Amino acid sequence: MASHYEAPIRKPLVLGDKSYHDVTVDIAAPVEGRANKHWWIVFSIALVAFLWGVGCIIYTISTGIGTWGLNKTVNWAWDITNFVWWVGIGHAGTLISAVLLLFRQKWRMAINRSAEAMTIFSVIQAALFPVIHMGRPWLAYWVVPIPNQFGSLWVNFNSPLLWDVFAISTYLSVSMVFWWTGLLPDFAMIRDRAVLPFQKKIYSLLSFGWTGRAKDWQRFEEVSLVLAGLATPLVLSVHTIVSMDFATAVIPGWHTTIFPPYFVAGAVFSGFAMVNTLLIIMRKVCHLEAYITVQHIELMNIVIMITGSIVGCAYITELFMAWYSGVEYEQYAFLNRATGPYWWAYWAMMSCNVFSPQFMWFKKLRTSIMFSFFISIIVNIGMWFERFVIIVTSLHRDYLPSSWSMFSPTFIDIGIFIGTIGFFFVLFLLYARTFPVIAQAEVKTILKSSGEKYKKLREAGKPLYQINGGSVVKENVEAAAEIKSDEMDVASLLDSIGTFDSSKDTADDLKMVKGIGPQMEKTLNKIGIFTFAQVSRMTEKEYNLLDSITESFPGRAQRDDWAGQAKKLNNK
Amino acid sequence: MYTFSNRLKIASIILMVVGALGIGFGFMSAPGTVEEAKALVASHDEGHGDEHASEATHAVAEDHGEEAHAEGHDVSHDEHLLHQLQNKPWAALYVAAFFFFMIALGVLAFYAIQRASQAGWAPILFRVMEGITSYLVPGGIIIFVILVMSVMHFNHLFVWMDADVVANDKLLKAKAGFLNPTFFLVRAAIFLGGWILYREYSRKLSLKQDESDDNSNFKLNFKISAAFLVFYLISESMMSWDWIMSVDPHWFSTLFGWYVFSSMIVSGITVIAMVTVYLKSNDYLPEVNDSHIHDLAKFMFGFSIFWAYLWFSQFMLIWYSNIPEEVTYYVTRIEDYNLPFFGMVAMNFVLPILLLMNSDYKRINWFVIMTGIIILAGHYLDIFNMIMPSTVGDQWSIGIPEIGAILFFAGLFIFWVFRALTKAPLQPKRNPFIEESRHFHY
Repeated sequence: MASHYEAPIRKPLVLGDKSYHDVTVDIAAPVEGRANKHWWIVFSIALVAFLWGVGCIIYTISTGIGTWGLNKTVNWAWDITNFVWWVGIGHAGTLISAVLLLFRQKWRMAINRSAEAMTIFSVIQAALFPVIHMGRPWLAYWVVPIPNQFGSLWVNFNSPLLWDVFAISTYLSVSMVFWWTGLLPDFAMIRDRAVLPFQKKIYSLLSFGWTGRAKDWQRFEEVSLVLAGLATPLVLSVHTIVSMDFATAVIPGWHTTIFPPYFVAGAVFSGFAMVNTLLIIMRKVCHLEAYITVQHIELMNIVIMITGSIVGCAYITELFMAWYSGVEYEQYAFLNRATGPYWWAYWAMMSCNVFSPQFMWFKKLRTSIMFSFFISIIVNIGMWFERFVIIVTSLHRDYLPSSWSMFSPTFIDIGIFIGTIGFFFVLFLLYARTFPVIAQAEVKTILKSSGEKYKKLREAGKPLYQINGGSVVKENVEAAAEIKSDEMDVASLLDSIGTFDSSKDTADDLKMVKGIGPQMEKTLNKIGIFTFAQVSRMTEKEYNLLDSITESFPGRAQRDDWAGQAKKLNNK
Repeated sequence: MYTFSNRLKIASIILMVVGALGIGFGFMSAPGTVEEAKALVASHDEGHGDEHASEATHAVAEDHGEEAHAEGHDVSHDEHLLHQLQNKPWAALYVAAFFFFMIALGVLAFYAIQRASQAGWAPILFRVMEGITSYLVPGGIIIFVILVMSVMHFNHLFVWMDADVVANDKLLKAKAGFLNPTFFLVRAAIFLGGWILYREYSRKLSLKQDESDDNSNFKLNFKISAAFLVFYLISESMMSWDWIMSVDPHWFSTLFGWYVFSSMIVSGITVIAMVTVYLKSNDYLPEVNDSHIHDLAKFMFGFSIFWAYLWFSQFMLIWYSNIPEEVTYYVTRIEDYNLPFFGMVAMNFVLPILLLMNSDYKRINWFVIMTGIIILAGHYLDIFNMIMPSTVGDQWSIGIPEIGAILFFAGLFIFWVFRALTKAPLQPKRNPFIEESRHFHY
């Protein structure tokens, strides 16, 4: 019970006068309602972009990789840039749900569902690129270590590209399981509210027969913790291995030991930016401002600021070490990045990723919704340029000046990239209409400790139970004041907890027990309970007797553990 | 209020005295001439067999590469040997001095993170952390004195401080803009000054908050902690390049700063856990419960994995690429420091992960202490492996000078930290999160 205590100076995470039922209704609303015109417009645009991408992919596969802008010097460009960009974005979801769960950050509950959805959708986009890049995607199973009889070649375990296959497929599977586990109680909620038999059928299939028994919840919490423990090293491993695609090479600008942690920091950075982009729109469109509050956006902005600074620190370290190493190839690679023909990409990366997050040091800016949205877009762009800078500027000047070249994307390159953005939004928009977009079961668990209404009541020293429609409660309390003169009950109650003798004992301030307000104190005094010692002797039997005498708030005393509280107060 | 028990005080003083004798013995027994050095090694080699000595000196001799070529091998080898043996007591002193200083600095970073992130579980331990960070002042001064003495050529820990070596070395000449004695000491003074300033100011605000009737001190402390973390992010990396990486001035690794940080933070948290358990066992800190210890042990577990992650990233990438100028670093360590190098991986990663995997064990006080001792010994070895190969080469050992230095600084650390703990009540009163911390339980 004590662990639910929250310091009054913490900001509320659920705004307004929300009851448990209100949470249910608010979160089920987008699923139960009908899509409006705006949704259809955005969805159509995304679908068109997606279809254009599909066309470009078909053209690539039927014609060959030569349709891309690659040349023999820059032999890896937009494909791998887009791949790393999407994988990076896919980092925030698991970071929010797993790492923040381990750190017991309650604010994650409003955003984890959508962040995980975003993770899964963006990892799907990322996985597309290696497959297309194979040229013959129908042989994609060759990346799996299966015996030669299947017509494959045994895989090369020395290649970081193969490690990518393992890391990303594991990450995708664990993220899916994690996401779905969290969804079970929420799907069940929608199932139980569904009116049409078809919807009921679908959501009962999706909720895997969730019943909401105590046992279900116990398993749910246990599994969440285990998955969080598993997912945390996985998040680190995915981008670590992506970074090794470059860092294990001996190409100047690619081979540097800081890559693993710096790629992870960059991935979290870009992931949070994308979460901010999506959720700032979603909270408005789905009317979820009470759950995804300015406080949530502010905290995400702080994460963006921190990870942006870490990435900036890594950029500077790389620059310094290039000079310090005395290796002239390394020195040239970095000089060329900053001042060579691709200087604009380098400075776009620097200003978007290092300078722009520094605005978040100002409270006014990081609590401004518009500004946060703007910065999140800037960061998304900057992180795309970071990968472009690392990949293309390191390749375009190789050891043989006669082969130096530039890279220009063809419309196919651009089309596939736009197509993945379209595909991503198609998936996300469908998700937003069919899934509970906030983990309502989890939000309900913090409603009393972090809900605005409850926090205010607690601060004012009022009991939390006044929440249910003020007037009704008052009547109840007044009614309770007129105790049913059931003398038998009172006598037996006082028998077991002891009587109060005003000549010997002094009365305690019973209001110090949480859950006992001024009215309840009067009621207790009328019965003959005046001291902590008396309250501390109450057990289940006495609680029930008390309930039957006062006939109000059954179970309240036991839930708040009045006896335990009184015992402590008595010992003071 | 905590009173420094006489037993502990006497123990810490004995540690210091015995340690000082050990350090003194190290300096006395260091050879003064080439002949003495050769005699010392000859007597040593009888027990060891000859093979490994000559080969390995070679790799290290690269530091003095250019001059070695001019003079012919034999003479330079012997002189090199003399330098290594003369460096040995200094290196032993430096490793131990840095190790205990690093604990205090790691705790300072952890403390600032707790403040800046407004953690609810930690405030009850703030006084313990502040007590440990008090060691930054004596520890920092000692480090600074050793660095000044290096600049004044009392020792050869940093070859790039030797003007003759630099004159004959193209790479070092190119680095002289950064690696030069004046700038080096100015940087060290800025780093130490910044860390100590934050520590003292934050401590002052922390004590003032207990007596005040609003939260202004708390808020200011939050702000300066965030600002400090920015300073720390930059200064910690540069410190590690200056104080550690530059003992091998040809070698470089971009990850090095963060790698040293991981060692620092895990050692720091381990010491917080150990001091807390000690105080609890003496009936102080009554409101620190199992959950607090559990959380500290979780951090020990987590940061041990984080350390292993960075260790592996640095090692694997350099090993895989096999670029000569980088890979020498690990070649030396695997050839000459095989046992401490891989032993440290076992102590810093394998053992903590196995010992602290189980949730229940994280709540058993003596278990946390025992694991903590392994972790601390492992991270001492980590620093040892960073400094020794470039300063003493294959002449390393863990003998009287090394153990003496550890004992001396352990004694000083205990004395200073527990003395600082007596200066204020062990539990903050008016931190706005103190109630959360007192009720912390899950």
